[in-house]
Amino acid sequence: MEALALLLGATLNAGTVIAIAALGLLINERSGIVNLGAEGMMLVAAIAGFATSVNTGSDWLGFAAGAGAGAAMAFAFGVLVIWLNTNQYATGLALSLFGVGFSAFAGVPYTQQKLSERPQFAIPYLSDVPLLGPALFKQHPLVYFTVLLTLALMWFLYRSRAGLVLRAVGESPSSAHALGYPVRQIRLAAVMAGGALCGLAGAYISLVYTPLWVEGMIAGKGWIALALTTFATWRPARVLAGAYLFGGVTMLQFHLQGQGVQVPSQFLTMLPYLATIVVLVLISRNANFIRANMPASIGKPFFPGS
Amino acid sequence: MLKLEARPQPSRVMSIASPVLALIITIVIGTVLFAALGKDPLGGMYLLFVEPVRTPYALSELALKATPLLLIALGLSMCFRSNVWNIGAEGQFIIGAICAGGVAMQAGPDTGRWIVVPVLLAAVLGGMLWAAIAALLRDRFNASEILVTLMLVYVADMFLSYLVYGPWKDPAGYNFPQTISFLPSTQTPRLFMGLRVDVGALIALVLVGAFWLLIFRTYAGFQLQVGGLAPAAARYAGFSSRRMLWTALLMSGAMAGLAGGLEAAGPLGQLTPTVPAGYGFAAIIVAFVGRLHPVGAIFSAVLMSMFYIGGELAQSRLGVPKALTGVFQGLLLFTLLACDTLVHYRLGWRHARTRASHAIGTVAVVKSKEA
Repeated sequence: MEALALLLGATLNAGTVIAIAALGLLINERSGIVNLGAEGMMLVAAIAGFATSVNTGSDWLGFAAGAGAGAAMAFAFGVLVIWLNTNQYATGLALSLFGVGFSAFAGVPYTQQKLSERPQFAIPYLSDVPLLGPALFKQHPLVYFTVLLTLALMWFLYRSRAGLVLRAVGESPSSAHALGYPVRQIRLAAVMAGGALCGLAGAYISLVYTPLWVEGMIAGKGWIALALTTFATWRPARVLAGAYLFGGVTMLQFHLQGQGVQVPSQFLTMLPYLATIVVLVLISRNANFIRANMPASIGKPFFPGS
Repeated sequence: MLKLEARPQPSRVMSIASPVLALIITIVIGTVLFAALGKDPLGGMYLLFVEPVRTPYALSELALKATPLLLIALGLSMCFRSNVWNIGAEGQFIIGAICAGGVAMQAGPDTGRWIVVPVLLAAVLGGMLWAAIAALLRDRFNASEILVTLMLVYVADMFLSYLVYGPWKDPAGYNFPQTISFLPSTQTPRLFMGLRVDVGALIALVLVGAFWLLIFRTYAGFQLQVGGLAPAAARYAGFSSRRMLWTALLMSGAMAGLAGGLEAAGPLGQLTPTVPAGYGFAAIIVAFVGRLHPVGAIFSAVLMSMFYIGGELAQSRLGVPKALTGVFQGLLLFTLLACDTLVHYRLGWRHARTRASHAIGTVAVVKSKEA
């Protein structure tokens, strides 16, 4: 039981990383734009957050730096894709490749650095509950923020006027344009919001999840988050549930290794990637299910007045 | 205010000029970066563009690194032309190297030089097989090939790691994660005495011709291009999009696998966890900078190889981190995509555009679409 409670706690922690990034990408894709640069934005944000925290001693400034770095990269991507009509896939890939290179370059002086003493968080009283208390209520504040973010996003998308406009832009940019909405500016805002959240997730990885900086430390989590938005058919609650599922799979491998399971560790490390493929296949199998939920203009450029 | 206007036809001049323009912008940014790091920018540019072509040895090293990039980029060019997004060439490269290594390790003391052929064939098949997984999942279950090929990179990487830490570890290797060194008979033949460049460079050049023929002079290549540019037209013409998907992925997988095999049986000579050197990802940039054209890929592969070698030189001589290479590569693709806008659009002044000229422009666009 003790071990299971620990696993639950670790799952929430690992799921949060993917959830924040995937929720950001969801906003971004709801506006009709796919940003394959998630991995790169998260890497740059991870080093930006880490470096800021090392130099200022403040994790919160680190998170802000991470979110800022993500938003800045997303801005560059957005200008290219929205105003210069470049291919979204190619541009996103370029952002990822640049992020891999730039983070490795900028991170060289930080590879041996240590962060200040990691703060411990606990919700009074609740965290004293046996078994579940430590698992559920001794998490980093961002874990709870993610749950709130999901709820807020659900309200935003389905209950607010601004959310309706965002969805309209994603479904039919030309109709939204005809109604007088500034389609390009809305798309840029959505892309930058996505970048900021990917950045926050990246900073969470280097400050909380594995508090250190290693080259390439995002290890495909950006790509998994991208896949997750598709599995979750662009719905916030499903994104959160899916992210915890992936967190569980990721943590299960450490758990199994700890239990001394006789499988080479490399095969256990493959698990999250294989799980991504399996779920992708299961969900994509039904093309109509995906298509019914997919923002109709996704991946297609929009050039007003043409 | 500056505004983009659609060109009636894509500009041929710009499609050649755009990579050059992108390179210039990248160099300018690079110069600024060197200066910001307190290094001599001219010295940096010298290392990047002059040093790699100064001596026969340097040229051989340049060709050695350009070879895998060119091979992979040839496959990817065809793949991207058909609008199939194989971005996991790195994984196919790793599996190619593993398969080549597996065959190479079967060689005994009296195995003849013929063993090189099965070594490379195994690599090709391995790469194809790895890409075939993505093709199958896309074909049967509609699973995005972008995500599947990419996830398979991590899986291939872990599989390599398992082999070199586990069953294939050299028993006499002081517990280092590496296989035995392959016997000299399995080594790909070198072209010149004392230089490392090997037959792979020749194979790559021959394949440039083969791909040029395939893409521009065969019916299959034509179908592939139509499918990529205008899927609706391809469907109307009765071209099979499934066959296109399989062809594109299998060919690009085969090329990445071959590159991996040549690397394992050539300069590496054994398998280690550092087999994946990022060529599979860099080749994506090579393919785009080379205009998805086999001949263009030669130039861009050499350029990208210069970045690799220049990065290493900058590290050893100027103390600039080698990771600078990745920054340059990413920047180049990013600026290229921005410059490519000028292939399809031209810059104009908004207030200069009258209603009449707009109408003429529209007519021109409609006509060019009809044509």
